[in-house]
Amino acid sequence: MIAPLDPIVPGSGGNPLLIVLLLVPLVGAAALYPARRNAAAAKAIAMVTALVELALVVVAWSLYSVPAAQAGTRFQFEFSAPWIPAFGTHIAFGVDGISLALIALTAFLVPILLLFAWSEKLPEGRSVAGYFGLLLATQSTLVGVFAATDVFLFYVFFEAMLVPMYFLIGRFGGPRRQYAAVKFFLYSLLGGLIMLASLIGLYVTSAEQLGRGTFTWADLQAIAADTPTAVQIWLFLGFFVAFAIKAPLVPFHTWLPDAGAEAPIVAAVLLVGVLDKVGTYGFLRYLLPLFPQASQVLAPVVLVLAVAGIIYAALLAVGQTDMGRFVAYTSVAHFGFIALGVFAFSSQAFAGATLYMVNHGLSTGMLFLMVGMLIARGGSRLISDYGGVAKLAPVMAGCLLLAGMSSLALPGTNSFVSEFLVLIGSFPTRPVFTIIATVGIIFAALYVLWFYQRTMQGPVRGGAVIAALERGGAGGPGTMLDPGVAADRNKAGFPDLGRREVGLLAPLIVVIVVLGFYPAPVLDVINPSVTATMAELGLPDPVPAGGIVR
Amino acid sequence: MSSVAQAVSQVPTQIEMPPIDWAASAPLWIVFAGACVSVLLEAFLPRHQRWPVQVVATGLTLLAALVALAGYALSSPEPVLTFGAALAVDAPALFLWGTLIVLTVPSLLLLADRSVEPGGVFVASAAERAAARAGGSGSVPAGGGADPLVEHVDRSYGTPDQTPTMQTEPFPFVLFALGGMMAFVAANDLLTMFIALEVLSLPLYLLCGLARRRRLLSQEAAVKYFLLGAFGSAFFLYGIALLYGYAGSVRLSEISESAAGSLTSDTLLFAGLALLLVGLLFKGSVAPFHTWTPDVYQGAPTPVTAFMAACTKVAAFGAIARVLYVAFGSTVWEWRPVLWAVAIVSMVVGAVLGLTQTDVKRMIAYSSIAHAGFLMLGAMAITPDGTAGLLFYLVAYGFTTIAVFGVVSLVRGPDGEAGHLSAWAGLAKRSPLTAGVMTFLLLALAGIPLTSGFTAKFALFSAAAADGMVPLVVIALVASAVAAFFYLRVVVLMWFSEPAEDGPTVVVPGAFTTVAITLGTLATLVLGILPTPVLEWAASGAFVG
Repeated sequence: MIAPLDPIVPGSGGNPLLIVLLLVPLVGAAALYPARRNAAAAKAIAMVTALVELALVVVAWSLYSVPAAQAGTRFQFEFSAPWIPAFGTHIAFGVDGISLALIALTAFLVPILLLFAWSEKLPEGRSVAGYFGLLLATQSTLVGVFAATDVFLFYVFFEAMLVPMYFLIGRFGGPRRQYAAVKFFLYSLLGGLIMLASLIGLYVTSAEQLGRGTFTWADLQAIAADTPTAVQIWLFLGFFVAFAIKAPLVPFHTWLPDAGAEAPIVAAVLLVGVLDKVGTYGFLRYLLPLFPQASQVLAPVVLVLAVAGIIYAALLAVGQTDMGRFVAYTSVAHFGFIALGVFAFSSQAFAGATLYMVNHGLSTGMLFLMVGMLIARGGSRLISDYGGVAKLAPVMAGCLLLAGMSSLALPGTNSFVSEFLVLIGSFPTRPVFTIIATVGIIFAALYVLWFYQRTMQGPVRGGAVIAALERGGAGGPGTMLDPGVAADRNKAGFPDLGRREVGLLAPLIVVIVVLGFYPAPVLDVINPSVTATMAELGLPDPVPAGGIVR
Repeated sequence: MSSVAQAVSQVPTQIEMPPIDWAASAPLWIVFAGACVSVLLEAFLPRHQRWPVQVVATGLTLLAALVALAGYALSSPEPVLTFGAALAVDAPALFLWGTLIVLTVPSLLLLADRSVEPGGVFVASAAERAAARAGGSGSVPAGGGADPLVEHVDRSYGTPDQTPTMQTEPFPFVLFALGGMMAFVAANDLLTMFIALEVLSLPLYLLCGLARRRRLLSQEAAVKYFLLGAFGSAFFLYGIALLYGYAGSVRLSEISESAAGSLTSDTLLFAGLALLLVGLLFKGSVAPFHTWTPDVYQGAPTPVTAFMAACTKVAAFGAIARVLYVAFGSTVWEWRPVLWAVAIVSMVVGAVLGLTQTDVKRMIAYSSIAHAGFLMLGAMAITPDGTAGLLFYLVAYGFTTIAVFGVVSLVRGPDGEAGHLSAWAGLAKRSPLTAGVMTFLLLALAGIPLTSGFTAKFALFSAAAADGMVPLVVIALVASAVAAFFYLRVVVLMWFSEPAEDGPTVVVPGAFTTVAITLGTLATLVLGILPTPVLEWAASGAFVG
């Protein structure tokens, strides 16, 4: 069962599982094209595809061997075939615990998102098939980006995933969608091209050291320690800018509030919940193992950005008037925590950061979905247009509260475990940064609770709520209203959650609570991989993974 | 005949015919022979037979040249100098020949198409215009006259009972230009290169002025191109003179030898190089010698623009790379800083001025200036990898550009092509397939992975970085990001904007244009996903001199 740590043999095949995972959503997206005139068929095809993908990911999760990973198998389900020999690139896939957890997160979220968008009112002239097809295409590129074990292939997916997301925002988003889509694309493309410069530099360096250029991750990692530190720093910076834009860290974050607010809710969940994780994932998978010395030299700089982001974004979140921008800023603060965990250099903190990536996808995803449900009823994105919703829709208010609690890392919710792991894992190595970051938790409580209080508590008030109630009797159509919600409107202008909405939130709630009390299933998969990352970094491990929290 | 041969052999100082490797140079001669035949056809065929015959004849010429080239190249030949060492048929030359011939195929298909613009894109001849008038009497309208009546009459042509009025001179023009380009990239001495330069340029000047619509714009473009081109040629010739003064030879390899082992002052050498490069960079539309590009791209008939944008670029950069590699490879450290500046200027000018354009053809022109800056990186890298990267980039860029212009020719308003960008608003709603193809091509120009644009950029930039040009690579990538903005603007217009009420329509193209666009798009896709065969051919050998 335990395979030796062999370098990937060029020309070999391997396990096709990951390729299937990559192709299933892509084939599903392609299959939507013939069904573009038939919304019902398109929805069915998309949902079946997403569920098949989820089932395959469950299979992958159960086949993933933790003992093998503990024994030193870096990647599992490996596949490799030469692609462009002139560049030394391979079609090479493989997952460790970190990438498997993120692939699983994606596969878990997509069916929920499809269900959320099931009866969404699309802009005129846009088809459901296009909408769902782009979502599935994004999922496919995300699987590719997490599963690639060839740096060139990773870059290809890193850039390719911009395209479907760009069209999702630009074609299905809010009033300023063109601006947001172009800003998103240009920011990411600029980062990507700077990364391309580093990628070329990495290739040239490997050619100097090995006699032939290579992009195989394992080979590059093997020669990483021999690269001069000055070269490493330049290469690190190129990759870092791309990842810091993607993640995003302050001061590279300004595109996210626009994209998060203007994107349709499902795209925002996928964007903030998963796609941005590629940045922090890149820190862990590419920056630390491929540029170990540079990572150590530059860690203080990154930590300053991370901690500054935690405080700064939290303060900005307090002051937001738009709900989409609000959630986006809370995410920027959370990404600061993840970056802190990654650059604290202990496997405990790594495990916390990885778990944080998963948990943030769940909690922020749920928060975005709740916001989407509010907007579907009120038709406004402004916080000040809502008030006292708990009186009208108590179940909804409860779900929003749970999402908020998870976002501020209340004990008993999933995020608490990861935030706690990050903080105790970081404290031994970086006490000052950790203490400052802890202040961010207080701000988190402030922005979440204040948001909840303004929209849910108190007397029924706010323009959108009043207008919805007034419309309720007549059942008149609103411009941004969800027809699925409109069915209930005659009973009360501002209906509580419908069955579809409860159904799509239920799995999220279950996972959020279960992972809050029993994170071991995920941590067990993650831990061997973060220990390996620690070894690749070449530093002694101050707090071994699984040492304090199991 | 034999008596003449005897007479020649009796002359004491006899001029020997240099040995000619016919097999190696066959593609070149086939193209020139085809061009001559094409001229004869033009002279002797009745007017209504010319178009079909020319199409077939030109197609057969290209096919024959391609077969000859493939037959020779597949035998993996040693590089040869032939025709008195005036031509160097080495691996890059063969690759460039193949590229030029293959790129000419879709260009010619666009050129020959009569479905998009009724009667073809070229102006009807003056005599026919006169004949087409009701009276048909003496007065022949001057070329510049945009008489609405004439335009109206022209539109009715191409129906079965009337002879097509499309000029068929473009077919021999294109073949001559192609032959000139092929000689240009294989020229082993500067005089041959100069003659090839003229052979390729003169037909292009003429082709630019032949647009059926917007006559003044077209003629202005032709005059500008001709005047500036003449200046460029003069510079080139002056450079040759100075280099001859320095090296005592116009042979590229001998210039290199003189430069490496000479104690004389370098002034003549570098002054000569500078002047020579002005002429070459002009052809490659590298800033600051680019000013003709937007005007000519806009004014010329779109198929001609496609041909120029793709093939002239290939020819110019093939020649630039050969000159720098063979003749100036030994003095690379002296001239490289200057060319760094040129490359940076070209990238910046192309990317920044492209942002301000409102006409799609001018926008692509500025894009081509930025791409010329990128190509300079490959031309400056005097390594086999640099040459291979440059060659691959030229193929990739050529196919994408031809397909882009093919799509541009489809979007039409009531009076011809709708050049203004605002006309592209909401195109995806009317014609999602056209918009999708255009989006893909623009993403390729921007260098997004899984398109040939990315593979080409990677090949070129990695070779440049390995040859000590890392800062230039970083600048090039930043320029790519800036340039991406104006490509994106078109994508935004097509997909995210609502179409105007009386906006232009997308013509359903005939077979020729469809095939041309499909060819360019498929090549863009295939070179992005499976580039290995072409990359390997591009890397199969270096320039020899």
